[in-house]
Amino acid sequence: MSTSAPRVRVRGVVGESVERPDAVPKVKGEFEYASDLRRDGMLFGATLRSPHAHARIAGIETSAAKRMSGVRAVITSGELPTRERFGLMKLDQPVLATERVRYVGEPVAIVAADSAEEARLAVRAITVRYEPLAAITDPVAALQQGAEQLHRSGNVIDEVIVVHGDPDTRADVVVEGEYEVAMQDQAALGPEAGLAIPRRDGGVDLHVATQWLHEDLRQIAPCLGLPESKVRLVLAGVGGAFGAREDVTLQIHTCLLALATRRPVRMTYGREESFYGHVHRHPAKLFYAHGATKRGELVFVRATIVLDGGAYASSSPAVIANAACFGAGPYRVPNARIHAVGAYTNNPPAGAMRGFGAVQSCFAYEGQMDALAAKLGIDPVELRERNALRNGDPIITSQPVEGSAPVAEIVRRCADAPLPPRGPETDPIALPGGAGNLTHGEGVRRGVGFAVGMKNVCYSHGFDDFATARVRLMRDERGPLARVHTAAAEVGQGLVTVCVQIVRTELGVERVELDPPDTTIGSAGSSSASRQTWMTGGAVLAACREVKAVLLSRARATGRPPDDLAALLDEPIDKTVSHRHRDTEPRDAATQNAGHVAFLFAAHRAVADVDIETGLIKVVQIATAQDVGKAINPLAVVGQIEGGIAQGLGLAVMEEVILKDGHVRNASFTDYLLPTTLDMPPVVTLLIEHPHPDAPYGAKGVGEPPTISSTPAIVAAIRAATGRTLHRVPVRPDDIVFDEPYRSGWRITPGDDPRRAVRA
Amino acid sequence: MSVQVARHVGEVLDNLSSVTGATLLAGGTDLLVEINFGRARPATVVAIDRVAELKNLERNGRVRMGALVTYTRMLDDDPGSPALREAARTVGSPQIRNAGTLGGNLGTCSPAGDTLPVLAALDATIVLRSAKTERRLRFGEFMTGPKKSARRPDELIVAAEWDDAGPAQTFMKVGTRNAMVIAVAGLALVVDRARKRVGAGLGSCGPTIIRAAEAERFAEGLFADAGWERASRPSDAAAKEFGRLVAAAAKPIDDVRGTAAYRRHVLAVMGARALARVAAIA
Ligand SMILES: Cc1cc2nc3c(=O)[nH]c(=O)nc-3n(C[C@H](O)[C@H](O)[C@H](O)COP(=O)(O)OP(=O)(O)OC[C@H]3O[C@@H](n4cnc5c(N)ncnc54)[C@H](O)[C@@H]3O)c2cc1C
Repeated sequence: MSTSAPRVRVRGVVGESVERPDAVPKVKGEFEYASDLRRDGMLFGATLRSPHAHARIAGIETSAAKRMSGVRAVITSGELPTRERFGLMKLDQPVLATERVRYVGEPVAIVAADSAEEARLAVRAITVRYEPLAAITDPVAALQQGAEQLHRSGNVIDEVIVVHGDPDTRADVVVEGEYEVAMQDQAALGPEAGLAIPRRDGGVDLHVATQWLHEDLRQIAPCLGLPESKVRLVLAGVGGAFGAREDVTLQIHTCLLALATRRPVRMTYGREESFYGHVHRHPAKLFYAHGATKRGELVFVRATIVLDGGAYASSSPAVIANAACFGAGPYRVPNARIHAVGAYTNNPPAGAMRGFGAVQSCFAYEGQMDALAAKLGIDPVELRERNALRNGDPIITSQPVEGSAPVAEIVRRCADAPLPPRGPETDPIALPGGAGNLTHGEGVRRGVGFAVGMKNVCYSHGFDDFATARVRLMRDERGPLARVHTAAAEVGQGLVTVCVQIVRTELGVERVELDPPDTTIGSAGSSSASRQTWMTGGAVLAACREVKAVLLSRARATGRPPDDLAALLDEPIDKTVSHRHRDTEPRDAATQNAGHVAFLFAAHRAVADVDIETGLIKVVQIATAQDVGKAINPLAVVGQIEGGIAQGLGLAVMEEVILKDGHVRNASFTDYLLPTTLDMPPVVTLLIEHPHPDAPYGAKGVGEPPTISSTPAIVAAIRAATGRTLHRVPVRPDDIVFDEPYRSGWRITPGDDPRRAVRA
Repeated sequence: MSVQVARHVGEVLDNLSSVTGATLLAGGTDLLVEINFGRARPATVVAIDRVAELKNLERNGRVRMGALVTYTRMLDDDPGSPALREAARTVGSPQIRNAGTLGGNLGTCSPAGDTLPVLAALDATIVLRSAKTERRLRFGEFMTGPKKSARRPDELIVAAEWDDAGPAQTFMKVGTRNAMVIAVAGLALVVDRARKRVGAGLGSCGPTIIRAAEAERFAEGLFADAGWERASRPSDAAAKEFGRLVAAAAKPIDDVRGTAAYRRHVLAVMGARALARVAAIA
């Protein structure tokens, strides 16, 4: 594939640990985030949100708000330019609620005013007459006959059934279990923010922190009643995303206010509003049955998975598909039936979050693997090795794993990683309870747990997934320079170094500059599905190779050596390339097809100390082995792995958006707890590099796998320490000290249609 | 919003008596959160963090801690109570400990304020001063409800005072994170061997800090039997009974941070552990 490499040695090429250009500015507080954007004459936007989970809107009174000082615009659904709706996969979401509100926090009106405070006060002065309706907050209940229909299409957002082999076959040993994953927040430190600037031509420019500029554009323009050519999006500084920025939040509102006032308008959510403003990880109830032979070979997996999609669809259909396709895990499973359904409820909408459906099912199937190991009397690591997918084995969608499937290798490498020294810790701060000074060793038990997970990389099921890159090679007074333009969103994952490293490697030029991402170039696709290195990295690589072809022909024509860039660049070379991964097949009725591009695998081993009397937990160490294909920037890869594990640890032991009747009870970082440095243990990382033939330099995505199996590994360690069943995450202290096993409240035969559930 | 920067106690007191609704600002770690959440909109703020007199820390049998002593100071200097130092270590993060003060913890007077169980267990006196008078209230009289105290709007919390109770003390706090967490339940236990007195203060387990009086009397009996001046090891049964009495004193509720049942349970665990820990120190 590669043409002859340039002879000039440049620093910072593929395979080196390159420092991020934004690292120091971020640490010093100098990085400009979207919420820092300003323009002269700028107004501030604010949003009025529904206080009800479900209600009819009988009337809205805005005249008092409009008369208030500093107020420049108040917009309700009656004043919108169009009736268009928006949404990632279904256009089911109104820009501002019309007759009905379907969740607490749904936008009802927007205001622009001279100051943020005036905007907030004006929002409070709007009166809305609500007629509250009964709210449905249990997704299984939403699916039952007679449940009130929250959307005209019914309460099923989507349904994915995987039927593989003979799912009703029998097995020597069967284990059944029900599991629950609570709602997790992406908790990006930078809340939602954007600045809209009206243009002379009647259009608007929007500077916004997002994951996918072009998808935002596709949803925004129709809701503004403008053609896409009149709306330009520019990426503003993103303070983390983790899926929460895949959906439109304040984009349309900010543009509407700017167009209405003919002034620049900035909207910024505070932390509390951010909890209501963006989608979260889908809460899930999972009902599983695993069958195996006496020797521990898996015979079947049957599962019913119910995902709570909340009030609107967002990316639920794709999340449901992932939960189902990877519902049996990285194992050889000859027979399976997975029935996954996403339900509309009156909870806040759920959508994308790191791991995207694979997280929920992994928690359940890894719990099942441990239960099976216990029942068979086989070591849990050995059971996983015995059933590990190998190269060429089909997953339960019948798609074979091409490239490499080093599942047994990562399991063994991870299991063999050195264990942390055995306590007893003397400093109470290192024990469960940490700074709380609770134990000097009393009640502390140590446990070790293990888990493996898998997920796809890139978009699936026939989606036209591509990325565009423009590479210009030129010369200025300081010598050769390459400029790269893409619309890809740097959300913290490190794409900015990856692109630069690829250009340096391919073109042998050390000075590489990145143009600001915007919609004047073709789409790069989303910074999600662990896909940007593969896709935008691939596009940059392809553009570099076209540039190099021109360079080589100039070299041939002039008789100059091809690495004599200075001599060959009298004219710049400018190439724009769109890169597509290989086609994937759309889903059929039984989901038996090659729907995915490639698969990612990781294994985690957790060591946890648990104070069994207080139920508090200290994770002592995580070891992980992950197949990354090729580490383009090893330091950044380790950063992704450690960060992803922290997020998985959060889900295991503390992170939960606590809902009561559709209300978020802990919409702040005081009570939505994220792991601190005292909660996050040292990580032993083993990078396994089996290059994937289709990927640039063989680099698979790395962002999501760390979040998938770290959670079940930690919970397995807690189970080992306490002997508790713990079928729900996050594990709460009560679950440990009172030992009340998790009950879903429903009886569902695993693999059956959840519409036939019976209340337990 | 107007902000006055005071340099002397007198200036603070003048402001408090002349400006109605003047709000004091010490480290700001509670007040700024209230303002950001829109729960407080003070018209006048009086910054007291430069008032040197309020930073004093005196120890000579009797401890007097000025209202502006920060958590970091409690950790770096001897604060005259090992339990208070342990409580200071549980507070927030380094940034919060650098800014947050004893007076602010008392001013907010939350049942989850971590110094408060210690002040209760020490039977501390809170010194309040207005332009007209000075009042001295026992902690139990000072705190009257959740975020409610007997402080009058024109009064400044000047200091807290208590008898140096010696080394046999501890503070424990339960939270579902290993640092930077609001207490789900807290316990301060002070055994003053010289004065033959046990104090047990419970945090986050009721509308105010609760003294576990029955548990205190029970422990005093144990120490009388074992010899007040000596290190001892209570039997498991005695430690457990002490824990049971601690838990029985609590009036916990279910809230977003924890269940009442769990709070009762961990209070019993903390009580037993604290007694064994403190009995070993003479
Ligand atoms: C991230 C974070 C973590 C925290 N963690 C903890 C924790 O673990 N444990 C805990 O107990 N608290 C915690 N807090 C709360 C806070 O830090 C403490 O209550 C602290 O002691 C407040 O002190 P301050 O000086 O910052 O008070 P300020 O915010 O300045 O004032 C608080 C209140 O007291 C009044 N006040 C201040 N000084 C006086 C005075 N001398 N006389 C009369 N009134 C006065 C003020 O008017 C105000 O009403 C945390 C806060 C944050 C933001």
